[in-house]
Amino acid sequence: MESQVSTFATKKGLAQMLKGGVIMDVVTPDQAKIAEDAGAVAVMALERVPADIRDQGGVARMSDPELIIQIMESVSIPVMAKARIGHFVEAQILEALEVDYIDESEVLTPADEEHHIDKHQFKTPFVCGCRNLGEALRRIGEGAAMIRTKGEAGTGDVVEAVRHARSVMGDIRRLQNMPDEELMSFAKEIGAPYDLVVETRDLGRLPVVNFAAGGIATPADAAMMMQLGVDGVFVGSGIFKSGNPAKRGDAVVKAVTHYEDPEILAEVSRNLGEAMVGRNISTMPEEDKIADRGW
Amino acid sequence: MKKMNIGVLALQGSFSEHMAALSRLGVRAQKVRLPHHLANVDGLIIPGGESTTIGKLAVDFGLLDELKAFGRSQPVWGTCAGAIFLSKDAQRQQPLLSLMDITVERNAFGRQIASFETDIDFPALSRVSANQTPFHAIFIRAPLIESVEKGAEVLATLPDGRIVAAQQDHLLATAFHPELTEDDRVHRYFLFMVEKALEA
Repeated sequence: MESQVSTFATKKGLAQMLKGGVIMDVVTPDQAKIAEDAGAVAVMALERVPADIRDQGGVARMSDPELIIQIMESVSIPVMAKARIGHFVEAQILEALEVDYIDESEVLTPADEEHHIDKHQFKTPFVCGCRNLGEALRRIGEGAAMIRTKGEAGTGDVVEAVRHARSVMGDIRRLQNMPDEELMSFAKEIGAPYDLVVETRDLGRLPVVNFAAGGIATPADAAMMMQLGVDGVFVGSGIFKSGNPAKRGDAVVKAVTHYEDPEILAEVSRNLGEAMVGRNISTMPEEDKIADRGW
Repeated sequence: MKKMNIGVLALQGSFSEHMAALSRLGVRAQKVRLPHHLANVDGLIIPGGESTTIGKLAVDFGLLDELKAFGRSQPVWGTCAGAIFLSKDAQRQQPLLSLMDITVERNAFGRQIASFETDIDFPALSRVSANQTPFHAIFIRAPLIESVEKGAEVLATLPDGRIVAAQQDHLLATAFHPELTEDDRVHRYFLFMVEKALEA
């Protein structure tokens, strides 16, 4: 047979190769090198980490291609970059730059308040955020080859990441006990494509790799998300907004590998310096939350 | 068959896919994350993933020398990142096991957008299967085996002759990912190598 480029198996497959790993937000080539040396499996190239987007406000857009190219040239690991929800031209530009993964991200200001990007039209794979199973399966239906639970980015508070992971895993557990005749109503209830509901039931997990994101700031946070059943973690502001990014990055990577070993977790958690200051989500005004972006 | 026990290096990457493939073949498998997990292992698979991450974690947890010692006498198979890790030369500064006399080129086909699937001839698989069809191989940001030296031999190439699988005695390297497909012939070929090593 002729070889086929950028099939869904290769898109989903790259995410499978990232499993058990940490993807770190970086804003400069130097940070990208620090992340790679700390053992990151990929970096997310962006102009501002979510904590700064929150602080500075304004419209958050795709990063300057120049910065993304510099970061791509500085490391050998995969480089991801963010496009606004629904902004298919930002995605076209990121594909032209040959980034390895596009994150259609709620962290940026949405460009379309009803529709996401038709991700099947792209050769570059997409990762998308979700808060629950229905949202995850809608994104996969649109062509996402990887999912991440959203959490609440730029807060350093893991509570929403836990809520979203528990919601997805809980719905999958519920689904597995469901007889065939209940699946259509369940698909309708959660707003998900029926075929993907059936596939998820049969697999006992999402049909694509699922990482946790949004608020992970410590090795313990990362290991807890792994114990809750995700395949890996994104750490956004948590590393480069901390006192010692190289050391903290290294520790989070080790914690994700040895997430079931409390002795190693205790060892790597020692003397990491200051964690990012963070913001408590329970006292945050509703309009400041970004996880609700996405439809 | 003696009940064999296969270790899968589980620092990062597609280790659960390899464990699942072994389980479908009815073979006992265990994760290897620390040096003492290598005890009682008859053969080791190093999965796909990021070779820089796997190499760093192997160094940090004291596995590098243990894995080298294991691979000097016992079967090891590396897929993609695992093949890079087995090589003696990846043309870049990063921790390697340097067990196989192969030189690899990382990301030889380019970035993710160039990842592909294709059918390849893999004649050695006829030793474990009557199925003569080509092997459907998935290449993801894949390396190439640029050259084989000394005792290493070529097992499979792309139609244009570029090397994607090699063997050196009890060591096996594939640039692609048999753990991502249902075809279990490469896994069975590795188990055949382990079986031979156990008999010897």
